[in-house]
Amino acid sequence: MTELSRIRNFSIVAHIDHGKSTLADRLIQLTGTVAERDMKAQMLDAMDIERERGITIKANSVRIEYPAQDGHTYILNLIDTPGHVDFAYEVSRSMQAVEGSLLVVDATQGVEAQTLANVYQAIDADHEIVPVLNKIDLPAAEPERVKEQIEDVIGIEAHNAVLISAKTGLGIPDVLEAIVQRLPAPKGERDAPLKAMLVDSWYDSYLGVVVLIRVMDGVIRKGDTIRMMKTAATYKLDTLAVLKPQMVQIDALGPGEIGVFTASIKQVRDTRVGDTITHEKKQTPKALPGFKPSVPVVFCGLFPVDANDFDDLRDAMEKLALNDASFSFEMETSAALGFGFRCGFLGLLHLEVIRDRLEREYDLDLITTAPSVVYDVHMKSGEVEQLHNPADMPDLTLVDHIEEPRIKATILVPDEYLGDVLKLCQERRGIQLDLTYAGPRAMVVYDLPLNEVVFDFYDRLKSVTKGYASFDYQIIGYREDNLVKMSVLVNDEPVDALSMMVHRDRAELRGRAMVEKLKELIPRHMFKIPIQAAIGGKVIARETLSALRKDVTAKCYGGDASRKRKLLDKQKAGKKKMRQFGKVEIPQEAFISALKMDS
Amino acid sequence: MRDDWREGGFGLYVHWPFCQAKCPYCDFNSHVVSAVDQGRWADAFEAEIARYGAETGRRVLSSIFFGGGTPSLMQPEVVSRVIEAARGQWDFANDIEVTLEANPTSAEAGRFEGYREAGVNRLSMGVQALNDPDLRALGRLHSAGEAMEAFAMARELFGRVSFDLIYARQGQSVEAWAAELERALGLAVDHLSLYQLTIEDGTAFGARHRAGKLAGLPGEDAADDMWDVTQALTVAAGMPAYEVSNHAAKGAESRHNLVYWRSGDWVGVGPGAHGRLTLDGQRWATETPLQPGAWLAAAEAGRGENGREALGQPERLEELLLMGLRLEDGVDRARAEALGISEFSRNVSALTDIGMLESTGPRLRATEAGRPVLNAVLRRLLD
Repeated sequence: MTELSRIRNFSIVAHIDHGKSTLADRLIQLTGTVAERDMKAQMLDAMDIERERGITIKANSVRIEYPAQDGHTYILNLIDTPGHVDFAYEVSRSMQAVEGSLLVVDATQGVEAQTLANVYQAIDADHEIVPVLNKIDLPAAEPERVKEQIEDVIGIEAHNAVLISAKTGLGIPDVLEAIVQRLPAPKGERDAPLKAMLVDSWYDSYLGVVVLIRVMDGVIRKGDTIRMMKTAATYKLDTLAVLKPQMVQIDALGPGEIGVFTASIKQVRDTRVGDTITHEKKQTPKALPGFKPSVPVVFCGLFPVDANDFDDLRDAMEKLALNDASFSFEMETSAALGFGFRCGFLGLLHLEVIRDRLEREYDLDLITTAPSVVYDVHMKSGEVEQLHNPADMPDLTLVDHIEEPRIKATILVPDEYLGDVLKLCQERRGIQLDLTYAGPRAMVVYDLPLNEVVFDFYDRLKSVTKGYASFDYQIIGYREDNLVKMSVLVNDEPVDALSMMVHRDRAELRGRAMVEKLKELIPRHMFKIPIQAAIGGKVIARETLSALRKDVTAKCYGGDASRKRKLLDKQKAGKKKMRQFGKVEIPQEAFISALKMDS
Repeated sequence: MRDDWREGGFGLYVHWPFCQAKCPYCDFNSHVVSAVDQGRWADAFEAEIARYGAETGRRVLSSIFFGGGTPSLMQPEVVSRVIEAARGQWDFANDIEVTLEANPTSAEAGRFEGYREAGVNRLSMGVQALNDPDLRALGRLHSAGEAMEAFAMARELFGRVSFDLIYARQGQSVEAWAAELERALGLAVDHLSLYQLTIEDGTAFGARHRAGKLAGLPGEDAADDMWDVTQALTVAAGMPAYEVSNHAAKGAESRHNLVYWRSGDWVGVGPGAHGRLTLDGQRWATETPLQPGAWLAAAEAGRGENGREALGQPERLEELLLMGLRLEDGVDRARAEALGISEFSRNVSALTDIGMLESTGPRLRATEAGRPVLNAVLRRLLD
């Protein structure tokens, strides 16, 4: 166990590509935490998707031992956090587990959107924040301007920012000293009953579920019997370890320390991020505040392009679900798409990440249907049906009314973009709850229907504010509205996978946008194809996809046979994956692209 | 069993690669040179025809076609020597068709009589347009008046005359094309090749188009309308399309081009000429050196040909379909079945369901809707 005064816990806040992972790598390297021969780039991003997309999906942690200039050796715990609004709750828990943050800003680029969104989470968690300007070795670096920007936009002191180049290693020792000198030591009572926060958990095929914790009070030891306060489950600890970043066993963790344990836990869903861990015998009287169960809010269907892959898809989903408590699925059948699964996600990014992993790690070709939220359909009989899939919409004559989930959205935005943000929220049927100023930035709070947010709200917000808005939301309940099911007909046949619930007043707009987008996404066929959006039997929008251009009007004589044959072979080989709907072939990417609208 | 090629006949293609000027839309193998030793070329053609004759043995030859380039720049003597060389190797069909492509300039018209005496019985004229500004825009060296004079002369000398027109030209309206086509149909022509202007890479038009300097090309809808009006007017005039771009009165179809479209055998001599030969049951695709000098040297050295490609059943099926479905009466189903089309019977059914293919009696045809988008039909058919 380490004395509280010799511990510093921190996270790194940065925009994609501003150097978060490289800085983490340098800190690990310089302190000799990992032997030189075991180093690889981006140590902490374990998954290919994390490395590629520059996002972190699972929290990760590393314990660094650092002999400081004051002659003492400090334990520095870095928690790497997810950086997307879909995982906002997970981020907030990671932030609660540390006392300070390094704010890494690219000195050639300045502050950007993701920086803001995450730095406010750090501020909300009462972090001490040390600004670090990266890439100062580049000729385009403007450290003074960026310092000013940090002070203006974020409102924190930046004159003593640490200047570094994570690439060359310049300034890294200063970062280590700043962590020790400027970040506060954690607080906690060693003699109090055990109180630890469950920061995250993941599945390891050898060890079972590995649980990342931050001890607040008390001491946790190998062999202890612990209790998860929300799930009320008890476990006996098999191993207790710290991450360097590979697991190194340890006998005990005291207040302020961060580590992992295993306890023969079978599934990640048996652990809840934010839960409080205490001893079975001597329980803490009070759980940590702010626990939220993770509830999927976006649903969509995932279907194999090749029906023979159905069993493989199920196996792959079961494996992914082992490591992701917020991903849920159940079997679904669709007239157009055959057998597949209705899946629940935390948000659209979560959806895309899961789908990418299924396609890449399990080599499956999938069709993704229109994302939907969960509606409460109140029947005239008094029963309430939960509608996860617009295709399951009951007979309207039996329906009394429909309620949809609403969210409270908090948006922080520089004043100059406020008008655009208000317009966007109004367009999305938002009700303004509050508008205040925090320095040069406005904070607007809106009550919005979740279904107007799940597809592309975040993308639109980023685009109208040039990235300078941060966004967070929580679900506040269900409310009745005039909601209808919009069907999409391609070549006069309904494509159930594209049907969606919309507000009646927005139906024409959505319908028109949908058919226009599909007209772009569906390749021309040998014949004209009408594309329609309809409510019940009434067509509300229509486009016609022209037939293919005449392709044979050039001469074709004896000398052309070989060339034409070779061209034909090439074209056949380059053909995209398509799904047949009646006479029409629709490319699989159309199903999700059709919903990302520009208006 | 009868060799499959006999269903399509046997022809000889002779490529004359030289032109007085290169047309800006043309992606054919043509070259502009100041002087050509025509006697040397005649020797080379003779040698190559003899070489192929030795391979095929005496077959019945149904057609000869002089293409280019500009074959109407050939001396009649050279044309005569080629025809006699062919007669030395193969038995001429009673109704053998001997076509020569000609530019309708007065200089060339002066040679028409010589061609007839050499044995040419069909002239295919590159008229392209019936007004002078458009001819200039297409880079043609003749005027519309000259073309009409040349046509009148050809009409007197040859039993059969065809000419080519290019439509969907820069600045051309649907109405203007319809009027031009009516005029063409009013002439005593028995065969018309009507091509939409296509912009090919590697041509002057291709470069201008990429640079955004080819103004006034009709849009897709206008080009579609021109296609439709072309079909309607030619049908009304008794010259319907028997192939995508070729129209003829009954019985006046190009027998030589039908050899290609019906997957017959043909010998190809001259630079860049392709051929198809079935020898001992194996079908071969032949190709020759593309550059005139290279071909001439190779022919003089005893073999004016590059390596041959052996065509297996899948390649033969592809060619049978991609050539044959261009024809109004399509392909013979028994031939397609012998080449394994049953493997694609699900695709045939699907394309029949959506109205792109139809089976009428022993023929498999592309429908009127399917023929203009044949490339897409073929991709689906052979998927």
